[in-house]
Amino acid sequence: MIQVEGLSKRYGRTLAVDNITFGAGRGEILGFLGPNGAGKTTTMRVLTCFLPPTSGTARVAGYDVLAQPLEVKRRTGYLPELPPLYPEMRVAEYLAFVGRIKGVVKQKLAARVSDVIEKCALKEVRTTLLGRLSRGYRQRVGLAQAIIHEPQILVLDEPTAGLDPKQIIETRGLIKGLGGDHTIILSSHILSEVQATCQRVIIINAGRLVAVDTPENLTARLQGHATVYLQAEGPAEQVREKLERVAGVVAVKPHGPPDGRPAFEIEVAKGRDVRAELARAVVHGGWPLLELRTMGLSLEEIFLQLTREEQEASPVEDAPKGKQKEAVQ
Amino acid sequence: MRNILTIARKELKTYFTSPIAYIVLAIGGVIFGFFFYSALAFFVQRGMEMEMYGRGTPMNVNEYVVRPLLLNLSVISLFLVPMITMRLYAEEKRSGTIELLLTSPVRDLELVLGKLLAAFLLFGGLLLVALINLSLLFFFGNADWKPLLAGLLGLALLGTAFLSLGMLLSTFTSNQIVAGSLTFGLFLMLWVADWVSSYSGTTVGQVASYISVTTHIENFAKGVIDLRDVVYYLSVIFLGVFLTHRSLESLRWRS
Repeated sequence: MIQVEGLSKRYGRTLAVDNITFGAGRGEILGFLGPNGAGKTTTMRVLTCFLPPTSGTARVAGYDVLAQPLEVKRRTGYLPELPPLYPEMRVAEYLAFVGRIKGVVKQKLAARVSDVIEKCALKEVRTTLLGRLSRGYRQRVGLAQAIIHEPQILVLDEPTAGLDPKQIIETRGLIKGLGGDHTIILSSHILSEVQATCQRVIIINAGRLVAVDTPENLTARLQGHATVYLQAEGPAEQVREKLERVAGVVAVKPHGPPDGRPAFEIEVAKGRDVRAELARAVVHGGWPLLELRTMGLSLEEIFLQLTREEQEASPVEDAPKGKQKEAVQ
Repeated sequence: MRNILTIARKELKTYFTSPIAYIVLAIGGVIFGFFFYSALAFFVQRGMEMEMYGRGTPMNVNEYVVRPLLLNLSVISLFLVPMITMRLYAEEKRSGTIELLLTSPVRDLELVLGKLLAAFLLFGGLLLVALINLSLLFFFGNADWKPLLAGLLGLALLGTAFLSLGMLLSTFTSNQIVAGSLTFGLFLMLWVADWVSSYSGTTVGQVASYISVTTHIENFAKGVIDLRDVVYYLSVIFLGVFLTHRSLESLRWRS
């Protein structure tokens, strides 16, 4: 449904998106992950024909965003970061307006409006002014607006930003429910978000693609990096010193909350399992070992690690590029 | 076509749910009412004086009341049109709703024309208020409707030309005040451009007087529909719409 090849977007001198290639199939929920300013919004704006790409191609539902923008727009629903609401309009009236400009035929309009009101649980605010709605309702109206014309593709920019936990769970459920019929791209800088809803994750940092995989594979791929949680009874400083001396340990950090017994997060070098050595070291010191377990990597850590690797690798990559630029100038 | 009407309907609704439409119509109504009263009072007094002294040519309502009032109305629109147009794009840019419009299957030109249509209809409301005043002249006087009609046509053209320029300036910024001030400044410049025509060299003077909106409304106010004036207004309208369209397009490339 979505094919993006070699997409770049330049704002003046800054390169917001740098040669990104990815795709999404029918009915897939694709997560776009990256820190703020990574280029997520820019990529989404290119996909929705709000911005033209500087180079590369993007095809949505088989239509090129530059050559046939109207066809693309007819088939995409878009929820920008800030829901595009007119504060002086009422909910149902606004949805009808969006339906009309999105090309919903007159006979179906009323049915579509009540359908999305139902789907997004907006019944009790049907006639409320948009300007008076709470953050959670605004986001839901934004979502309703995006699906009013039954688009094949949904582009959601941070759909759960600013919502409270209950609303986040509701919105996630809503998005998952839409997944069957729509291809969905959603962006987030919160990783648990993506982990919960998406079948595939694209990690993007500083405009570049860092990784594309399922959340499970990403976790597996980096499992060697694991941290170990350890709690023992004894003087914190001495235990720590002892642990630091174990071969393969990279760093030992205290882990709260301290209840008198020191607990540590031990970062272990890639590909090594030092749990046995750690246990031995503690027991050797004469302290009772209370707990020892591998901490599963959250997407947060994966993300940090991937972007860290990227940063470490990039100076080497950038060097020839810089020279090229000079040569051109 | 359907999109144009949808956009126009939405814009019109916004005008009337926000105070803008009421403010524009109220200010226009009060000021025009005042002008109307003073023009009429002057006319009545002069008429009585003429009768008293028993010498005098019959006075024409169209010439003494309708014509100056139509010119006054064009000055009023100079002040009110920026209030109508300043929000057209600036507000959408500020609130982010421009993203909704530009990602909808609506052509840029449809968007531009829809907005212009809504602004024109509000401006038409202003003309209607004036017309209600002027219609009294038909009940209690012997005004001629043909020159009035020509004058209203001229004002409609002038108004649309102003609106299309104001709309253009509104695409340049996301700040309504900036858009409004720019618009007002430009209109004032266009208004007074004519003043230099008598002092400057012939070519500059001619150009200045052709560019000025004042010179072109005068004929209409007299009841004369001159093709040159019609062409002038139509080309300004075309220019405004064309440049707004371009400016919208550049919004995508620049931002």
